[in-house]
Amino acid sequence: MAASDEGARGRSGSTRRQFLLGGAAAGFGAVAALGAEHVLDRPGAAAQDAPVPVHGTETVPFHGVHQAGITTDAQAYATFVALDLHDDVDREALGRLMRILSDDAARLTQGEAALADTEPELAVAPARLTVTFGFGPRFVERARGAAPSWLHPLPAFEIDRLEPGFSDGDLLLQVTADDQLTVSHATRMLLKDARGFADVRWTQRGFRRAHGSVAPGTTMRNLFGQVDGTANPVPGTADFDEVVWVTEGWMAGGTSAVVRRIHMDLDEWDTVGRAGREQSVGRTQATGAPLTGTREHDEPDFAARTDAGFSVIPEFSHLRRARGVDEGRHDRIFRRGYNYDDAPSGDHVSDAGLIFACFQADVDEQFTPMQRRLAELDLLNRWTTPIGSSVFAIPPGCEPGGFVGDTLLS
Amino acid sequence: MTTRRTTTTLALLLAAGSLGLAGCSTDDAAAEATSTGTPTTAADAVSIQDAWVKAADEGMTAGFGEITNGGEDELTIVAASTGAAAMIELHETAADSSGEMSMTEVEGGFVVPAGDTLILEPGGHHLMLMDLADPIQAGDEVTFTLTFADDSTTELTATVKDFTGAEESYEGDDPDGDHDTEHEDS
Ligand code: HEM
Ligand SMILES: [Cu+2]
Repeated sequence: MAASDEGARGRSGSTRRQFLLGGAAAGFGAVAALGAEHVLDRPGAAAQDAPVPVHGTETVPFHGVHQAGITTDAQAYATFVALDLHDDVDREALGRLMRILSDDAARLTQGEAALADTEPELAVAPARLTVTFGFGPRFVERARGAAPSWLHPLPAFEIDRLEPGFSDGDLLLQVTADDQLTVSHATRMLLKDARGFADVRWTQRGFRRAHGSVAPGTTMRNLFGQVDGTANPVPGTADFDEVVWVTEGWMAGGTSAVVRRIHMDLDEWDTVGRAGREQSVGRTQATGAPLTGTREHDEPDFAARTDAGFSVIPEFSHLRRARGVDEGRHDRIFRRGYNYDDAPSGDHVSDAGLIFACFQADVDEQFTPMQRRLAELDLLNRWTTPIGSSVFAIPPGCEPGGFVGDTLLS
Repeated sequence: MTTRRTTTTLALLLAAGSLGLAGCSTDDAAAEATSTGTPTTAADAVSIQDAWVKAADEGMTAGFGEITNGGEDELTIVAASTGAAAMIELHETAADSSGEMSMTEVEGGFVVPAGDTLILEPGGHHLMLMDLADPIQAGDEVTFTLTFADDSTTELTATVKDFTGAEESYEGDDPDGDHDTEHEDS
């Protein structure tokens, strides 16, 4: 070990654990540590100095049949990172990589520092952190595993203007939490541990409403102002299970992820009136209700006609096309996307869009027919352009002592 | 939704770091002692958490972790060994008379007072692995045996991690070209 000029680190006699406890024992931290409802259990105490509710200590279990971050009520912030494996990373190395990354994720999601974490202080507020891993085609090939038939890049669509810098990849990290600092720290920790095995190919950062801004369960809005996610299958239902989970082989309990970066031309969208906007989707902007209903979750009536004989929910509308109504289909996927808003350039005032992320048991059967239909006809295409695209196999979750990918790698 | 709210930070911390890294006693006497509830050996009193080793291709590297003495007597780690390295020394990093940080072998071993936790960490106390048998790669597991002053021993398993922090360099690989004279590597 080289002599260090860093100076003494004031670590004498203090342990990390004591440091954390010390922090929690002092002032506001103590309130945070107890959690809001605990404090509220004691009306006397609560009445006097009403504590600000703190949600940074909320955790989502890491271990389980499925990976977290899919059925988890979508957190406010997301970082998606795709990595390219180094040429020399073989099946054995993949096992080491996933063991380490799983250990990091298991700790960080529970509010503990990762091993060798140089900023353990940043781990204390997990804020419902989840880390979800996905494997690209080359990962499964290196692992010498049986690749699901749908694990390949999507076919090219006419609407695509894909940039390699936002497409494909061998290993996906989806890091999501209600605190951006937590997401940054966790992502960095994972990348430090992946550095010996893989390079970052692309990173995409996204957001939704901040935790607590709107009632839990409120469907998100995208930057077009639309309610986006209404028709999603509902986690915990048999319907959801059927749409999302793979049931066979090493992927049993897993799913697939399609991550597409879709630019939304907000500057052009600005020029479109309410009626035009609503016709393009088939739902109202105010509530997300179908044009044939009044509330968000009303069933759309695709047969309804205007006095002039046109479909109330037009044939070119996103809603109608995505579902496949006029093809006699009802294709399903589970969407869990995030907004992005980058710095604009030139005379544009925004460079924004959707990190469209969705999960389904079979990409070829469920996603691709839908995307093909939308590429053929969907009025929304006028303002949206896919600029990135990737497909990953999301392996099942793991039990304590195991690691994500162990059904493939051990 | 699968969220639970932890009610105390303490609970969170108590649950911490128990991912298969706890030390396990290899001492018969200690095992017997456990059943009577009174630890008689250091191996029985000790527990080890969050053990990890810095990845290295050859030469030297270091091992870290948290060593807790749950017993009623002070314990002393006098030696450590592993199949991964020819030799292990018990080191600390501290400022020398000129104010420079340097590493020295700890005379008499690592002492952990009763009820206390000794943190082995970069820039502080550590197990110095010398003359590695093979590359130690990130994600590998390295097994150590710790020997205490009372001759009892404990085995522990540490996870190997890539680490560049805290100026942990053992082979003159620091950017200033300041070679570490203390641990010259052959
Ligand atoms: C920037 C691009 C996109 C925007 C702004 C957008 C917006 C919307 C909106 C506002 C809805 C109606 C509310 C809802 O159910 O969520 C919707 C529905 C839907 N979208 Fe998109 N979407 C986009 C891209 C896509 C893509 C690429 C796909 C799949 C290939 C897709 C598939 C769906 C599906 C399946 C529905 C539900 C249809 C149903 O009611 O059955 N969307 N989208
Ligand atoms: Cu040393």
